[in-house]
Amino acid sequence: MYLFTMPMNKLKLVLAAAALAALAGAATAAAGTNLSLVGYSTPKTVMGKIIQAWQQTPDGRDASFSQSYGASTDQARAVANGLRADLVFLSTGDDVNLLVDAGLVDSKWNRQAYNGIAADTVVIFAVRNGNPKHIKSWNDLTKPGVQVITPNPFSSGSAKWNILAAYGAQRRLGKSDKQATAYVQQLFRHVVSQDTSGRNATNTFLAGKGDVLLTYESEALNARLTGQDIQYVIPRQSMLIELPIAVTKNSSNKDVANKFIRFVKQPAAQDLFAQYGFRPVNAKVARKYADKFPSRPGIFKIDDKIIGGWRHADDVWFDPNKGRMVQIERAVGGPTSG
Amino acid sequence: MTYLSIVVVLPIAALVWASREEGLGTFWSVATSPEALAALKLSLGMAFAVSIVNAFFGTITAWVLVRDDFRGKSVVNAVIDLPFALPTIVAGLTLLALYGPQSPVGIDVSLTRKAILLALLFVTLPFVVRTVQPVLLELELEAEEAGRALGASEFRVFRSIVLPNILPGILSGVALAFARAVGEIGALVLIAGNRPFKTEVASVFVFLHIQGGDQAGASAVAVVMLSISFAVLLLIGGLRFLATRHERA
Amino acid sequence: MRKYVLRFTALGYLLLVLLGPLVMVFVRAFDKGGDALWATLTDPNTLHAFKLTLVITLIAVPLNTVFGVVCALAIVRRRFPGAGLVNAVVDLPLAISPVVVGLSLFLLYGRTGWFGPWFERHGTQILFSLPSMVIATIFVSLPFVAREVVPTLREIGDEQEQAARTLGANGRQTFWRITLPSIRWAIIYGVVLTTARCLGEYGAVAVVSGNIEGRTQTATLRVQDAYENFNQAGAYGIALVLAAMSVLVLVTMTLLKPKEDAA
Repeated sequence: MYLFTMPMNKLKLVLAAAALAALAGAATAAAGTNLSLVGYSTPKTVMGKIIQAWQQTPDGRDASFSQSYGASTDQARAVANGLRADLVFLSTGDDVNLLVDAGLVDSKWNRQAYNGIAADTVVIFAVRNGNPKHIKSWNDLTKPGVQVITPNPFSSGSAKWNILAAYGAQRRLGKSDKQATAYVQQLFRHVVSQDTSGRNATNTFLAGKGDVLLTYESEALNARLTGQDIQYVIPRQSMLIELPIAVTKNSSNKDVANKFIRFVKQPAAQDLFAQYGFRPVNAKVARKYADKFPSRPGIFKIDDKIIGGWRHADDVWFDPNKGRMVQIERAVGGPTSG
Repeated sequence: MTYLSIVVVLPIAALVWASREEGLGTFWSVATSPEALAALKLSLGMAFAVSIVNAFFGTITAWVLVRDDFRGKSVVNAVIDLPFALPTIVAGLTLLALYGPQSPVGIDVSLTRKAILLALLFVTLPFVVRTVQPVLLELELEAEEAGRALGASEFRVFRSIVLPNILPGILSGVALAFARAVGEIGALVLIAGNRPFKTEVASVFVFLHIQGGDQAGASAVAVVMLSISFAVLLLIGGLRFLATRHERA
Repeated sequence: MRKYVLRFTALGYLLLVLLGPLVMVFVRAFDKGGDALWATLTDPNTLHAFKLTLVITLIAVPLNTVFGVVCALAIVRRRFPGAGLVNAVVDLPLAISPVVVGLSLFLLYGRTGWFGPWFERHGTQILFSLPSMVIATIFVSLPFVAREVVPTLREIGDEQEQAARTLGANGRQTFWRITLPSIRWAIIYGVVLTTARCLGEYGAVAVVSGNIEGRTQTATLRVQDAYENFNQAGAYGIALVLAAMSVLVLVTMTLLKPKEDAA
């Protein structure tokens, strides 16, 4: 009776299969070299400029980019799950290590120039206009009634920097490991929102929640450039945020990608970084912008003894089962995964 | 039917299977973790609340559209379907414009539970209206007139004559609204925030845990949500059966 | 008196929840002026996003339409065991959350999924690329044509078709000459609903797409992207375009409704 439905069904299947194949093919076809850049949540603006600058050079003339930005750890996981990437520009070495462990990035990535770092920034406090609650130091954050915004450490790189900075600041002030950890827990009792990414946390703060936002100095400066009225304080003790860039092992454009990485560390790109709020790794460019980026006596780094490097910090703080943050989040009723 | 299997059955099967993979015990512990339970409770509570509110306003609106007459009524009638046609993220954005940080009327509910309520009210608005309207249209006025002629009060007329007839319609609308509200994501993303235990609903929980690589956790809650969807579908099917049996009798 | 109370309650509610916010979108879109709005809308990545949304819609709608008609015919005309089950399965996408859809696709086509490794070996990307976005959109917009055609088919009965058959028409002729014309308004209405759903899809596509600018961002994802990158006016602008498309869909629905009811 409805024999025609049989060829109709088969026809549909054939059409669907052909469509899928064509689409998959079309998605990968491109003229010249196409580089996929997977980045953390906040550097979209500056990377756009750097890419444009590179495309004016002979190396970059035939290259085009597809870019994806999001929470650093989430992005690393997406790449591990199959998101195509030639380059990753993440916010912590920890997230790059995730890809090393997944076999997607060479373990010697940090032997490239400047230890694999593209640019620096520092952890700062973004406050309301006029700083009504007089927030200047880490101890001010745990005063009664102060509401803190920081992202979710299981999805965001920015969150990890904030936590290690909070811990390290206490250690620099002479507190023991136990006391400093207790401080972090105390801090998290004041946290009122843990967004997925650094950028989302910024938006939450700009929407009027919280008294202080823990974020990158670069994010505060970038927000100002787009007309957002953000005031910030660099505490005396703070952490140097080192932002890694790496090529993936399964990239089919390794040479071109490496050329781009080299460009990123040269003066032209470093200058762009500085203009958009990042602290250059190139010493000469850094000197040029010394006024814009005040130094602080108490700035420490990830490899300092009190922190012990990313592998150690990841084990101690961010292990999804035994890490200190899991316990702290449970104690304060926050998220225990990303 | 192969199409149906590839598109619908296979993914659902994969989901149910994945939640089984680490054993029923793990599934249970993840699904009943404090954060997951809080998210599910919030979703169910919110869905229930908006279904009731929209049942009330939806019935009134359906009544007004059928029994009342005024200029622009046809426009109002068309506008009811807007939440069906509008992308959910646009819905969230529109609510943000009026009831968010830069609200011109000074009401800011962003990142609170009120925002969740508001967003869900928007997307579930049409359901009860559209299920009650056809019933009211068909309902013959004579029974009501007779009731009134016999001296019954308006309320009595409504309760004894109109309500029994439109009740199945209201209930199907409520069931559809409920299912929709439990699963909603787009309208919530910009306005509701995602604070666990405060403003994180089940759909946001699943979304965040997928991004966070916690497929087990996401699958556990997703399967619970799926079961709720199934239960609601069965309910609607049952109601439809009851309603048509009433016709067939 | 009571009539006015009811009327104003209903209209007041609609104004607060539905219409007021919609007007604000228009206002906010022009916050930074018409030129800035135009710049956002004609930004290459935004144009690509619109194009991508349309491409996905143009694939999903015809497939779901053919499926919907065939399925409706099978459910209503053919009495096969499990017809009720098929009917329920077709309705399933209406009750399932889009994120659940996205997750199940992840589980199927991800690196550790059922089919993922097979596709990876053959160099085809499903997740974080167009195919998974199309599949997700097909899933969520599946039921509409079927749901519109089934009740219509039931209502009109099969007498005409039986008559045609006794007059010697074969299956194909009966379908194209008798059945199809009688359900055409239901099909069209279903197509309009399917299209609206495809244009507006967010949750499932957000999970599987990877949000790659200029590659896998649909218009709805673009709205979120603009909002989160401090470009609120831009976000409202794109939303305005989408809202305008929805209004167009709405008008079409309204014009078609009486025809569908009458058919």
